[in-house]
Amino acid sequence: MSFLTALVSGLSLGSIYAIIALGYTMVYGIAKMLNFAHGDFIMVGCYIIFTVASTWGSSPVLGVIAAIILCTLLGVATERVAYRPLRHAASPLAVLITAIGVSYLLENLALLIFGADAKAFTSVIPWNGISLFGGQLHIQGVTIVTIAVSIVVLIALQPFIHRTRSGQAMLAASQDQGAATLMGIDVNRTISLTFAIGSGLAAVAGALLCSAYPSLSPYTGAMPGIKAFVAAVLGGIGSIPGAMIGGLVLGIIEILAKTYISSQLSDAIVFGILIVVLLFKPTGLLGKVVQEKV
Amino acid sequence: MTKEKKRTLTTYAIVIAAWAVIEILMRAGLLSSHLQGLLVPMVYYAITAVALNICVGILGELSLGHAGFMCVGAFSSALFSLLTADVLPGGLRFFLALVIGTAVTALIGFLIGIPVLRLNGDYLAIVTLAFGEIIKNLLNAIYFGVDSAGVHVSMQNQMALGLQPDGQTLINGAMGVTGIPHDSNFTLSVVLLLLALFIAQNLIHSKQGRAIMSIRDNRIAAQSIGINVVRYKMMAFTISAAIAGMAGVLFSHNISTIQATSQYFGYNVSILILVYVVLGGIGNIRGSVIAACILYLLPELLRGLNKYRMLIYSIVLIVVMIVNWAPAAIEKREKLAAKFHPAKSAEKKEA
Repeated sequence: MSFLTALVSGLSLGSIYAIIALGYTMVYGIAKMLNFAHGDFIMVGCYIIFTVASTWGSSPVLGVIAAIILCTLLGVATERVAYRPLRHAASPLAVLITAIGVSYLLENLALLIFGADAKAFTSVIPWNGISLFGGQLHIQGVTIVTIAVSIVVLIALQPFIHRTRSGQAMLAASQDQGAATLMGIDVNRTISLTFAIGSGLAAVAGALLCSAYPSLSPYTGAMPGIKAFVAAVLGGIGSIPGAMIGGLVLGIIEILAKTYISSQLSDAIVFGILIVVLLFKPTGLLGKVVQEKV
Repeated sequence: MTKEKKRTLTTYAIVIAAWAVIEILMRAGLLSSHLQGLLVPMVYYAITAVALNICVGILGELSLGHAGFMCVGAFSSALFSLLTADVLPGGLRFFLALVIGTAVTALIGFLIGIPVLRLNGDYLAIVTLAFGEIIKNLLNAIYFGVDSAGVHVSMQNQMALGLQPDGQTLINGAMGVTGIPHDSNFTLSVVLLLLALFIAQNLIHSKQGRAIMSIRDNRIAAQSIGINVVRYKMMAFTISAAIAGMAGVLFSHNISTIQATSQYFGYNVSILILVYVVLGGIGNIRGSVIAACILYLLPELLRGLNKYRMLIYSIVLIVVMIVNWAPAAIEKREKLAAKFHPAKSAEKKEA
């Protein structure tokens, strides 16, 4: 039964990684940049929910909605101010270093406003969950909601990408920005939209992450963010179903490693997976091979 | 004397002059003990900034794993010094610790470089981060001891080592290594900084250095004229790692206890050093040293600023990147330059 319990919490953690990885993979696929600050959007979302809940004490729904809206705005603003000017910079490192700067900025801003001590986060899902097998296996409410939300997001994104004009514009921009511009697509707007969706999803992931692991500090988002990037790479960067599968696989591996090998080495194992994937199958599980042009 | 040579010698002169001034102030008793305690860490960060600048500025790849290399240097040399604490005299022991720490880090850097340097850009950055975190996690989980029966290694706990009564636990898991002899001092660390600068400057102005920079500027073009891309990338990465390891040796011999915590060896430290490199100027070795020293000392001296230190750094980092690298900003700057020095910029354009 302990294996099943571990598997369920692995699925839960994996679903959170999957939602974060969706944001990563869309931004990477379309803007061709590693948004190092993506994990910190999660942290910002959590602090917004925390602030709304502790100030007005209202139902968590309000806080989650506020977090989604504000994170979306934050994502779009960050792209506009910090990333867009560097999109055609001579060195590809320029935008990556700037993204690291944004990550640093958000973390230290949160540190100044809220302090370094971890805050106790009240779960946004007031549901105890269900017990199976006569109480031997307890599945928490947040676990079920997390898995459900990730499936809903995945299913909702498919028709959006493949059926709507904006979604088609995203696909076009991800293949060839120059050609997309010639076809009358506003690439800047498309990239903004991608950041909006990715950052909104980060807020959702934040609400779920802090409900499952109710301790909130300025560095809450950093590690899950990096691991979600690992998940996106594992699934194949740029692929939406890949992000989902990568997230789930990574979450399960991490929890199983924590349970059966060593809690101290679980991070090392997760990062080991990244290295192995990039060495033997750099395109990930579902990614496409892209030839480098001269 | 060529312009480059002049510039290099000026760099050495600045370092030596700064050392002399600080040494005189210290002898005269004008530096508080708090300030004196900051000197070795300051040089330690300056050396690491030089190391990272070789990777970022010369090789053109961003490593977020340099804190891991420092960690390797710090731990391997600390183990050596602990084992030989009673046998060797201080000076010789530190010299050998330095050689061993640097060599071990160079080897680890080389081994990590084999898989890592097949990648580039964002992937390379995140994989070096991954390696750095793996090194940190492993050193946190490992227990290592020696006794008359030989060496003992365990991944569980100290008891599992099964040491004889005469045994000595060298790495005590997350508790790290304790009792490292305090072999380093300010003068020695400045000598190491000069050594790091010497290596970096010589690399840049050598045939190999130019090959490395040509790979940075256009890998495919470099390959097409017969430059062995893998070999030169490995060379730059290994040298960069080795210098970071050298800084690690300095670190562990300056404080008696080292632990593989995020505070000292996490990827955030790599990012902090990246801040020094970017603000000093990517590819500008002298700038790295100056930026590291100023940015390390300034918040320590202005206590009130310490709280806002990282916030200010991050904003400056973003602004510097946009001003220096955004095509629109570069164009604006060139226009401004043309307005003020019409002759000079016309010359530049022709060149």
